[in-house]
Amino acid sequence: MNPKNLALFAVVFAMLVLVGLLQSWTVALTILNLCLISAIMSLGVNVQWGYAGLFNFGAMGFVALGGVAAVIVSMPPVGEAWAAGGVRVTAALLVGAGTIVGSIYTWKSLQPGRKRWMILIGMAGTGFFLFRFLFDPAVAAIENVNPAATGYLGGLGLPILLAWPVGGLLAAGAAWVVGKTALGLRSDYLAIATFGISEIIIVVIKNEDWLTRGVKNVIGLPRPVAYEVDLQKTDAFLTWAPRLGMDPVELSSIFVKLSYAILFTLVLVVIVWLSQKALASPWGRMMRAIRDNETAAGAMGKNVTARHLQVFILGSAICGVAGAMLTTLDGQLTPGSYQPLRFTFLIWVMVIVGGSGNNWGSILGGFVIWFLWVEVEPVGRWLMDTVTADLPEGSALRLHLVNAAAHMRLVVMGVILLLVLRFFPRGLIPGK
Amino acid sequence: MSLLIGENMTGGYEGVDILHQCTVRAEEGEISVIVGPNGAGKSTAMKAIFGMVGLHSGTVWINGEDITRLSPQDRVSRGMAFVPQTNNVFTSMTVEENLEMGAFLRRDRIPETLDQVYQLFPALKDKRRQPAGELSGGQRQQVAIGRGLMTLPKVLMLDEPTAGVSPIVKDELMYRITEVVRTGVSILMVEQNARQALSIADTGYVLVQGKNHYTGAGPSLLQDPDVRRSFLGG
Amino acid sequence: MEDLLNAVIVLCNFVMIPAIAYGSQLALGALGVTLVYGVLRFSNFAHGDTMAFGTMITILVTRWLQSVGLTLGSLPTALIGLPIGIAATAVLLLGTDRVVYRFYRLRKSDPIIFTISSVGVMFVLNGLVRLVIGPEHQRFSDGARFVIRAREFKEITGFSEGFSINVPQSITVILTLIAVASLFWFMKQTRTGKSMRALADNEDLATLCGINAERVVAITWIIAAALTTTAGVLYGLDKGFKPFTYFQLLLPIFAAAIVGGLGNPLGAIAGGFIISFSEISITYAFKKFLGYVLPQSLQPEHLVQLLSTDYKLAVSFAILVLVLLFKPTGIFRGRAP
Repeated sequence: MNPKNLALFAVVFAMLVLVGLLQSWTVALTILNLCLISAIMSLGVNVQWGYAGLFNFGAMGFVALGGVAAVIVSMPPVGEAWAAGGVRVTAALLVGAGTIVGSIYTWKSLQPGRKRWMILIGMAGTGFFLFRFLFDPAVAAIENVNPAATGYLGGLGLPILLAWPVGGLLAAGAAWVVGKTALGLRSDYLAIATFGISEIIIVVIKNEDWLTRGVKNVIGLPRPVAYEVDLQKTDAFLTWAPRLGMDPVELSSIFVKLSYAILFTLVLVVIVWLSQKALASPWGRMMRAIRDNETAAGAMGKNVTARHLQVFILGSAICGVAGAMLTTLDGQLTPGSYQPLRFTFLIWVMVIVGGSGNNWGSILGGFVIWFLWVEVEPVGRWLMDTVTADLPEGSALRLHLVNAAAHMRLVVMGVILLLVLRFFPRGLIPGK
Repeated sequence: MSLLIGENMTGGYEGVDILHQCTVRAEEGEISVIVGPNGAGKSTAMKAIFGMVGLHSGTVWINGEDITRLSPQDRVSRGMAFVPQTNNVFTSMTVEENLEMGAFLRRDRIPETLDQVYQLFPALKDKRRQPAGELSGGQRQQVAIGRGLMTLPKVLMLDEPTAGVSPIVKDELMYRITEVVRTGVSILMVEQNARQALSIADTGYVLVQGKNHYTGAGPSLLQDPDVRRSFLGG
Repeated sequence: MEDLLNAVIVLCNFVMIPAIAYGSQLALGALGVTLVYGVLRFSNFAHGDTMAFGTMITILVTRWLQSVGLTLGSLPTALIGLPIGIAATAVLLLGTDRVVYRFYRLRKSDPIIFTISSVGVMFVLNGLVRLVIGPEHQRFSDGARFVIRAREFKEITGFSEGFSINVPQSITVILTLIAVASLFWFMKQTRTGKSMRALADNEDLATLCGINAERVVAITWIIAAALTTTAGVLYGLDKGFKPFTYFQLLLPIFAAAIVGGLGNPLGAIAGGFIISFSEISITYAFKKFLGYVLPQSLQPEHLVQLLSTDYKLAVSFAILVLVLLFKPTGIFRGRAP
């Protein structure tokens, strides 16, 4: 990394320190943790866009799948629910998957014509009704098991750290299916298709209560790090807090956030290291060759489709890991919170601002944009307060403006994206 | 004084000169043809005259007016029409709409001109409500030429009008082009098929590597042993 | 026989009428997307938020008109606000074109750059609308609510099933017919409309003909503003206004435009109805309908619903994805991807 880039990173960290000093260290660490996760997401999108020129507007879907992985891995299984409909729902899913695979196989192995359509429709129809016959009662039974607290199958009760790689795998699996079908499309069409698919994923997560409790949310996910209340009970903590001049509650919260920050940093380092290795390898050179001139690369015997699929799966898996980390940090899965502006388009702002095609750029973009995303609101509120200071207390306009400050950040993000695109189209740290 | 002159043109694309001191003229009511081997700069010469290729020396005149610095659109209003070699019709629009678009800049009444074009190309009249994209290659070329004529140009510039059509259609197109000249429009065209083109040309320009090699009346060039040996295969 | 008629009434009331109204709204939205795609050659992700902006202005004007006591009687006041909403949206779109898109157009940038900048515009508009009017759901429809009431219909006809048409639905259909008819007249009959199609068809040749691309682009934005704002106001009269919902409408609108073939106006209209009818019929519970049609012994116990209504949006995405996979140029040929 050259001095200019180091300086850029130094500025970001200085800003975080400033937040620590001016607001509080808990706030600064909260921002840092999400900066780290954002950096990983933006690396994931950069692998697809920057390395290969794939226009994926579906990051949200893969992030959400990571979140689902966190629930499935870490939550304790709900025995009663399994007894009520576990077998039946599994059978239903197998029938569903079998129908799809069977239909695709039939479609491919039969001659085109009316007969093929008839068989396909018959097969898919039968499969669908059999699926619904098995599925509906099972779901009803599962969702009836103590709906206020569970009403879903629960998870495997394993350590939540395991969910991070599993989240990556789940996202990779979904990306394989999506990539197999949609990667034939180019540019705008791929963007719209992936955007649509990511919305479908969210709709499923929101509505399949038996799996994810849907909009009832799964709360109280186990943690990979200590709990504040436990820390506050230990002697070491109670002796250290006064020495640092801190309230034990505050110190425990800082300790927990720092532990997360260390874990996240480790993951980020591993992913960056692997990405840099990949980028410098013959595989990475080939990816760039394909990005720069697909036709020529294809003519030289490179299997462009297979490479695109690989890179699409890799990038999506990285988003899945980040999604699992995010849900772990939140300690809950709230499907209603997955919104494309936040989980797809904001990530794109990070990649573009950071510099597409450059891993360090993506990380920087993730940090800068997340920092602004969070800090624009207090700054905006302060600004609105200042602007409206002369208006009488309780004036409707003043109230409206101050309340509206939260939406400022959307405007700011848009303006930043437009300005960077126009005046620094290669981003803060341009790729090669 | 010739109607249209591209004099001593030197220029090309992105710093690479393709034309070197090349001169081409179109005379009032005549057919002028640019021929030459592949890569000789035939199309480039024509595009330079129309202002689609940058020149760093040389002058383009029409009717005695220096138009070297004018944009292609402004040259249209000076009486030039250009028919590109490919993608030269609006495929989703009907034949008649294509012709109307040719007259886009005209503010006077156009039905008379439409009738003239239909007289020159009777096949188009029958198909005037059909999308141009559904026509055969030869008919598309007729639409393209007709669209050029709709501006009521003094000189019509055709870039390889017979490229990619069958020999019979080629003959027909050549015949139509001579008919066009009879209506008083001058023609400057680039042709790959030198023999046929020179046979109808009043003046022929043989370009080689962006330079004028031979210039003369079409039939006399066809007779010239040097030209025959070097370009027409004996 | 009466059972059969009752079944038809049920179907009309719960599937046909809502689908026609929603389909018209989608069609108007998709026409805007498809025109911008045809002339400017990019998918405008800011379209949903443009719709929200135009509707917001219309709502504000409507509120003001109501406050000074100016209403349209039994028709919604928003109809007076609509032209002002359209004008404001046209100014907005011309403004974004001037500060954002024109730069890339003059440099002949890759369409992807346009699409990414439309995401920037989307962010700005999204924030702007929430700043001004807030993120909450609101209704702004006033005047009479129904053209035909279910109860009156039952009393007059004696059928056991009710049939109703509300005012927003009928206004939607009438305004859509007017908008579509005038759009097609404009595109087919006027010099400017033809030059727009020419530019969309073949940019180089259009320039050769002396067509001023910048002027055509400006007209395209103005027409898009009119279509988009109308679509947004009609949707809002029908179902209420909420910025997030409008952002989400982007997908069914894209779906409609792509299903019909991007760049093809006729396709956009067909696409709008295909999407609306599929969304509504796939998530409609056919129990009542089948209750009339089938004999007593075959009466369904379940709702007979292919997918729950929560999956309404997913249906349009699924159709979109299927069309993209099997026939990317759309049902009516659009531009190849």
